Amino acid sequence: MTHIKPEKTNRQNWMVVLAKANWADLALLWDDFGNKPNYKILRPAETGLIMLRARTGAVGAPFNMGETTVTRSSVVSDSQIQGHAYILGRNGLHAEVAAEVDAALQDNNLHQVVMARIINPLKTAASNKKHQAQQKTAATKVDFFTLVRGED
Amino acid sequence: MFVAVKGGEKAINNAHKLLAETRRGDTSIPEISIEQIEQQLSLSVDRVMSEGALYDRLLAATAIKQARGDLIEAIFLVRASRTTLTSFGYSQPLNTSEMQILRRISATYKDLPGGQVLGPTFDYTHRLIDKNLEQTNNFPTAIKAPASNEATPHVLGLLSDEGLMEQPPTDTDAEPNDLTREPLSFPADRDTRLQSLARGDEGFLLALAYSTQRGYARTHPFAGEIRFGKVAVEFTPEELGFSLELGEIQITECEMVNQFTGSKNTPPQFTRGYGITFGQGERKAMSMALVDRALRAEELSEDLVAPAQDEEFVLSHCDNVQATGFVEHLKLPHYVDFQAELELVRKMRAEQNVNQNQTREAAE
Repeated sequence: MTHIKPEKTNRQNWMVVLAKANWADLALLWDDFGNKPNYKILRPAETGLIMLRARTGAVGAPFNMGETTVTRSSVVSDSQIQGHAYILGRNGLHAEVAAEVDAALQDNNLHQVVMARIINPLKTAASNKKHQAQQKTAATKVDFFTLVRGED
Repeated sequence: MFVAVKGGEKAINNAHKLLAETRRGDTSIPEISIEQIEQQLSLSVDRVMSEGALYDRLLAATAIKQARGDLIEAIFLVRASRTTLTSFGYSQPLNTSEMQILRRISATYKDLPGGQVLGPTFDYTHRLIDKNLEQTNNFPTAIKAPASNEATPHVLGLLSDEGLMEQPPTDTDAEPNDLTREPLSFPADRDTRLQSLARGDEGFLLALAYSTQRGYARTHPFAGEIRFGKVAVEFTPEELGFSLELGEIQITECEMVNQFTGSKNTPPQFTRGYGITFGQGERKAMSMALVDRALRAEELSEDLVAPAQDEEFVLSHCDNVQATGFVEHLKLPHYVDFQAELELVRKMRAEQNVNQNQTREAAE
């Protein structure tokens, strides 16, 4: 496999959107996307482990807190563009579709339409979901006040 | 000495079939789904992930179902399952300062930058059984309020800025020890202790934490901050060469503020203990922070007087998979061992009889 140099951050951004996407949403959007290039699987979806690190006292030296399951997949399109995905969990189909969309987004002819029809809707869905959770959390904001005891 | 036994295959197979039927229970009642466990018994899932030392909600839910709700058995299943998977490497350290907060409280400051939010908590509930839950048509809705975008910095950072709080070790280049590769050895560094405590049994750590509060190595703790929420997992795949966010996980973090230390060169300052768990695991995170602090006794020149300060005692016994393995192995066939002991006791009794008879004869 060829070594890919560090990319621009917009690739990192769409890869996050794909990794975090609700699988049912992503599957539906990609199914509905017509005229997809053909993809060959470079590396079939494989589930493994990543050891998660935390920091002593939240900000200090790192330690290993426990692992998580991760699934990765790599595909290559007809036009020889490679797509990769690493996602939390064990959903191999999710990783394969994410890798296909990653390849499509690197294709100049497809980039804009894939952004508009896949990434942007997923982003909106994620930010709506996050906003809902934030609103519900905000309703539990507490203002404690102390009472002075005894004579003044 | 280990001596194998043979036989019992049929009984074992039939017992496992009976187990499967018993697990399912009355078939006129709907079977519980993995998704139901993941959603509705989520704190069981969180505990199995933490002590199983593997974040995977559906895997933990499956383990809970298979174990008939026995969480230590489920933890055992998760630990066994991880050994079948290959390792892709290590994540970047989680940036808990950037957490999407679902709960955040402090017992030391009432007014925090970013505010205190109670989130989904049992605190302040009346602990009365809710008869509504006997029915299965509950659709409760949470209240919403305008969300704030205020930053939520760590509370202990505020004290650090004033120099009143010890700084955590910032030797960030050091490669931390990994218990999944290197077995536990003593003395253990703090990174090893924290990894061991993070996968340690909640009940055991709770009891040890409680013992420190009752006077067995008092540390005068305050819950400086407890936060629960979502953090991003970042990882750099070798073949890509750049950092990727793989998704989010839920974690609980507890920072305890403890009593002062100081020396000729450093003025008195607060010390700290740290706890972290997967999911919403507040009791465990608090217990871990108290035990982490107690285990720093030697480093902070405190008298070593209590079990919670003894790292060999704490770390060797906090793993419930190891503990249950050794305790429960006693029920497996030990026929040959026991036969040997039986012979020994008989022999000793026979010798004692002979001795007593001889003494009696001598006396007469």
